[in-house]
Amino acid sequence: MSKVYVAGVGLTKVDEHWRESLEYLMAEASLKALDDAGISRVDSIYVGSMLSQVLQEQSHLGALLAEELGLSGIPAMGVEAASASGAAAVYAGAREIEASRANAVLVVGVDKMSDGMSEEVTSAMMIGERQEYTGFIGATFYSINALLYSLYMNRYSVGQEKIALFPVLCHEHAVNAPHAQYPFKIKLDTVLSSPYVAEPLRRFETTAIADGAAALVLVNEETARKLDSLKTELVIESATDYLTPLQREDPLWFPSVSLSTSKALSRSGIEKKDIKTIEIFDATSIMAVLSLESLGFAERGEGWRLLERGELTLSGSIPCNTFGGLKARGHPAGATGIYQIAELHLQLTHRAGKNQLDSIKAGLAQSLGGIASTAFTSILKEV
Amino acid sequence: MFRIKVPRYWRHKDFRYRLNAWKCNHCGEVHFFKPLVCRRCRLREFNKVMLPETGKLIAYTIVRSPPCGFEEQTPYIIGFIELEDGTRILSQITDCYPEELKLGMKVEVTFRRVREDDPDKIIAYGYKFRPAI
Ligand SMILES: [Zn+2]
Repeated sequence: MSKVYVAGVGLTKVDEHWRESLEYLMAEASLKALDDAGISRVDSIYVGSMLSQVLQEQSHLGALLAEELGLSGIPAMGVEAASASGAAAVYAGAREIEASRANAVLVVGVDKMSDGMSEEVTSAMMIGERQEYTGFIGATFYSINALLYSLYMNRYSVGQEKIALFPVLCHEHAVNAPHAQYPFKIKLDTVLSSPYVAEPLRRFETTAIADGAAALVLVNEETARKLDSLKTELVIESATDYLTPLQREDPLWFPSVSLSTSKALSRSGIEKKDIKTIEIFDATSIMAVLSLESLGFAERGEGWRLLERGELTLSGSIPCNTFGGLKARGHPAGATGIYQIAELHLQLTHRAGKNQLDSIKAGLAQSLGGIASTAFTSILKEV
Repeated sequence: MFRIKVPRYWRHKDFRYRLNAWKCNHCGEVHFFKPLVCRRCRLREFNKVMLPETGKLIAYTIVRSPPCGFEEQTPYIIGFIELEDGTRILSQITDCYPEELKLGMKVEVTFRRVREDDPDKIIAYGYKFRPAI
């Protein structure tokens, strides 16, 4: 199996891009990634988007992007796994290189939520759930999160003020992130006094409407040697679970996360203690805490303690979401999985600016479709 | 967004009207919608069962930011319920104010209008739960 290298990244700022279209954003991120890699052609393209078929009524993003880039002719297609669609595109591209079917692949994630009305976006964020069951009764992504939140606080006797520290951490890290949607600090009081989206979940524990596109150039070893760009080695694994977390044996445990993580660690030959930074999927504060536990960085019921002890800060033992995570960098659905891997790449290639971590050799990114119905775990290593 | 077309709505009426479900003959896993294969043990034999009409409330929340089609009933309560046989089900909770709810309280099934403002003017009915009388 050929090794896979990240040879270039391109990010648009996460924002409400009223002037730009979906295709413009994904072309912008793609060109930046191609330029960063120092390459003008690739063998294929994979595009991940969760919402474009609903909000823009646009499918066929592969051929569309190839046309925008003047690359019509090469194979190009969309890949979808709800909010993990970006990571799914990376998975597809990595497998093509691993199978020696390509030397260089462009993988892109994009979504443009500002083209929808508020209710449309709330509905669209549910398309990764089982529509005939939870969608039919009017449950929302956040209301299902709220039920998990309530179960968690009751089972482990933890107060909301412990879990609501997660958005505070994310905003602190976003301050120095040029591509972040919300680069400012917030206080715990602000989170706890923000309105309820679905009790106990509050507005500042969730993400907002966001537009963005992110891209990576993936290459094989031979191509990596020819390019002058900064590179990291990538291993990505995936696993699935039931669509509705509340029908699982334990709704507060994500087996897809632990499974994809153990597979990724074993294939990359890295031990968990050597992972020195993580990007986790904090679509809500409670999902962040559950993720920390399922990833194995905390015992069950103890994920919030990492926050309390400051372990997740830039100077902590396991700095987390060093560009602000979903909460503060922003969560343009299908693009998020690629932002996460791109940010790890920036850290490992010493381009993280003021948030640069010292002497890290490996990092992990966790991307989720729905509430861990699909999980991707990516491990990036210094080369 | 989530369009209620007649066949799509009608094909699941046994579950939505009567809480009929399919129970795996081998491992007991309950499937709300007609399955071909048991998602838990992968065997293929099921009994159609009527789920219990009562259970207890194990978590609840209030939807304040609704999806399309639910704007007029917002805010509304979504509950997570454990039925008498252990089956867990998500449902709207009706006939009460959120302040009247307590975790562990007994709830019972009822039959209600779920949505009525669809573009095709179809009124969708289905189960909801309410505090047991
Ligand atoms: Zn079974």
